[in-house]
Amino acid sequence: MEYLIGIQGQDFVLVAADNVAAHSIVKMKQDQDKMFKLSDKILLLCVGEAGDTVQFAEYIQKNIQLYKMRNGYELSPTAAANFTRKNLADYLRSRTPYHVNLLLAGFDETDGPGLYYMDHLSALAKAPFAAHGHGAYLTLSILDRYYRPDLTRDEAVDLLKKCIEELNHRFILNLPSFSVRLIDKDGTHDLEKLIPVGSK
Amino acid sequence: MALQDVSGFQDTPIHTSLSSLSTSSSPPTRRPFPLSHGTTTLAFVFQGGVIAAADTRASCSGLVACPSAQKILPIHSHLLVTTSGSGADCMLWERILAREIRLYQLRHGRRLSITGSAKLLSHMLHPFKGTDVCVAATLCGWDVEELFYVCSDGTRLQGELFSVGSGSPYAYGVLDGEVRWSLNEEEAISLAREAVYRATHRDAYSGNCVDLFHITAQGYCRRDREDLREEYHRKRERKDAGSHATSLVLTLGVGKRRSVEREKIQRGGVKWHGVE
Repeated sequence: MEYLIGIQGQDFVLVAADNVAAHSIVKMKQDQDKMFKLSDKILLLCVGEAGDTVQFAEYIQKNIQLYKMRNGYELSPTAAANFTRKNLADYLRSRTPYHVNLLLAGFDETDGPGLYYMDHLSALAKAPFAAHGHGAYLTLSILDRYYRPDLTRDEAVDLLKKCIEELNHRFILNLPSFSVRLIDKDGTHDLEKLIPVGSK
Repeated sequence: MALQDVSGFQDTPIHTSLSSLSTSSSPPTRRPFPLSHGTTTLAFVFQGGVIAAADTRASCSGLVACPSAQKILPIHSHLLVTTSGSGADCMLWERILAREIRLYQLRHGRRLSITGSAKLLSHMLHPFKGTDVCVAATLCGWDVEELFYVCSDGTRLQGELFSVGSGSPYAYGVLDGEVRWSLNEEEAISLAREAVYRATHRDAYSGNCVDLFHITAQGYCRRDREDLREEYHRKRERKDAGSHATSLVLTLGVGKRRSVEREKIQRGGVKWHGVE
């Protein structure tokens, strides 16, 4: 029902998420932001079961900030991804597992851009591009076909637009708008919301 | 839907394949008794404040347990909570929320914001996720952010228009086309009443009367409870009066072909053409 996508370039990561917060057949909210800022250069995109998403994402967010306060320096994207995975795995076999699917995108001074795919069984993989949700079935082949490691920012946005157009065309559910953000060495930048033609 | 439950209708294969797309993965536990869930509550923000409205029927599977329940409860002069879900759970959790908000006020010397109250309720309900606790509340008040929806499954959303309960899709149908920031007080109240009326007309688990509250900077003000049966009869009379007029026109126009083009531009840019 929800959709997340991430594309890594030479020196940036582009991420996008849909904006719908739904409850059975009703769209309760159409401008929901599913991206959580873990630090200046790390974003966590979180979809899944209703309350678990916000609860888990905020828990990780506050703990990352606490680490910075205690130690004086921030966690790298790799460290943040592994910390998140460990927490998800610890809860997995408890009585209250978190049913969430995540993308973690960040930029590290030494390692460069990084995109991490994590699913509800706390499998973690670093990937050049990734997507979550039913929409992923429709768009991963587009990403396979057109992705190159040396994409420029504009080419990455065009590839993202191709994916969203395909969703607009083939996906049974209407996802009217998508928030888009880009992370590079200068931090996180908000790009303009993508609104497919024909939807309102 | 409500009618299916009351008449014991089984799901069709199409319906079950759609519901398998939903994200819930845990199998439901069996309840030893039927819980009451049906209601229509709504709240929206406009230039004159916040309107909250709800029906008054408390149902328990096929039975109307109470025709005059109160589903909108004031917490303090500038905060109301509308309840939906299990009646007992809502009553308990609202009292707990009211107690915690009062304690905060006594400890810190200022009122807790609505954002804070929503977060507090959401975090208090989180340990009970996965159990049978069923609370879906909208917190309405006068604050920077005036309207929050909090649910026992953990959802917490800030917005400008919410409707909750089994009758909510019907209420959304009326509200989505008409709610605007620029409504005046009378229009907003009559719109809220209309939305609850339409929902109670279609939903078996909503009905009886409607409660209307209006919140402004001075606090909340409560209108008298109105019986929706009166509304039904008023509309019937108006419809009967209207149909007498059209039947006259039709007898005059007999034998002629008339095509009626009706353009109604709605939000999605849909154009309607009705041909006779």
